[in-house]
Amino acid sequence: MRDVAIIGFDQLPNVRRTHLSDVEMVQRVIEGALKDSKVERKRIDFWCSGSADMLVGRPFSFVSALDAIGAWPPVSESHVEMDGAWALYEAWVRLLHGDFHTSLVYCFGEASTGDLRNVLVTQLDPYYVAPLAPDSISVAALQAQALVDQGKYTERDFAEVAYRNRKAAATNEKAYLRDSDEVDTLLQEAPIVGLLRKHACPPITDGACAVVLATREYVEANNIEAVAWIRGFDHRIDEHDLGARDLADSPSTRIAAEKAGAKLGAIDVAELHAPVAHQELILRDVLGFDASTKINPSGGCLAANSMMVAGLTRIGEAANAIREGRAKRALAHATSGPALQQNLICILEAE
Amino acid sequence: MSEPIRRIRTPMRLEYQIQAGADLTNFLQKLTEKRIVGRRSPTGKVYVPPRGSCPVTGLPMLEEVELSDVGTVTTFSIIHMEFEGQRLPPPYAVGTVLLDGADLPLFHIIGGAVEDVRMGMRVRAVWVPDEELEPTLESILYFESTGEPDAPYESYKEHI
Repeated sequence: MRDVAIIGFDQLPNVRRTHLSDVEMVQRVIEGALKDSKVERKRIDFWCSGSADMLVGRPFSFVSALDAIGAWPPVSESHVEMDGAWALYEAWVRLLHGDFHTSLVYCFGEASTGDLRNVLVTQLDPYYVAPLAPDSISVAALQAQALVDQGKYTERDFAEVAYRNRKAAATNEKAYLRDSDEVDTLLQEAPIVGLLRKHACPPITDGACAVVLATREYVEANNIEAVAWIRGFDHRIDEHDLGARDLADSPSTRIAAEKAGAKLGAIDVAELHAPVAHQELILRDVLGFDASTKINPSGGCLAANSMMVAGLTRIGEAANAIREGRAKRALAHATSGPALQQNLICILEAE
Repeated sequence: MSEPIRRIRTPMRLEYQIQAGADLTNFLQKLTEKRIVGRRSPTGKVYVPPRGSCPVTGLPMLEEVELSDVGTVTTFSIIHMEFEGQRLPPPYAVGTVLLDGADLPLFHIIGGAVEDVRMGMRVRAVWVPDEELEPTLESILYFESTGEPDAPYESYKEHI
């Protein structure tokens, strides 16, 4: 298999409501990622993006964002109606074909334009679940309840996850919530739905990010040094029907991690796409990290959770940990769908 | 056997507050002053409304350009059908108006008798009364003939 590396990353600060349009956000992160990678725009062989029309309530919103890539003369381009992490997967597969050597992957999400909790109802099973309109926090609360009912975790465990992530975000200027009250204080909040209190839920933010990929041939020909090699990449999906799943487990994460070779070496840094606090606990149980693994040094999705962006941001943050010498081997995880339905694992390594 | 169920109804209503973005917000705000602003791209083309990013180069469009509210009809169509939300009774013309100095035509209503509308016709914006100006292209009621001689085809053939 051809070697492909992440050689550039940029993200906008995650904010509660941006004053920029989609294309203005994308324009900025594309310029930032190109600069970080030192690749000229015209040398990008393949462009791929991730976004979702339901967030902004406008059909084909990804088409207007194409203004930001400079598509003349015509370029090779694709889009997924998903988090940018899956766009990165497509770009990686495309580079494995052998005829392309560089790719820029970007994603954007403006959840502030709508009522996100209810917008996310549109991703549920349209026959049996969506007509009941359980909002995203209610679906997450079912999952939290399953963990408590099975005796695996308590509400204090959820609060400790939230506390640790938001404290970690203090050093991440791109995050939105960068501090936390003490756990005992958090536990005094009134629940929003079921067992879930505000602190266990992610902030709603707007954001965008971009990643540049290149093959080994390109990296060596251009003497690029700050690289994170993709050593394994896989994504799997669980049953769509919430009632048919054990919500306290994540079989798709387990399979994706195995196929990506997560256990073939120690993980120094793990970036987990766990928007609701208890989801990090489910993922940690499945992934089984050593005590030495740093989990979400960026603050993760409890600190900033721009829809369609937070997953690719995990991969970008994990890649930067390697590119900046803070890790030799890193795991990035991204999720999509209700209650950790679909999961992606990317294993990154230094040379 | 009962009849198979072929259809279910699952009504859903979502409301959005669209973020116009920095460039479009500026364009819309200037309309309340009866001013039309575009932006010049790094390729030299003037886009109105501005687009946030140059679609050819992907670079930001940094230079603001003020345009006149006079231009040329590059092409048009006559509306004979009635539909909801219509502002004028049919028949009337809609067309693309290439404002003087712009490289991208605006879509708008062309006022006056439909028989008189033609390619190359010189037109001017007719604005709503000052107290009704809002940050929307509806602040222009329609474009109407200036009475000038028609623009030569050569002057707008790139923009059809």
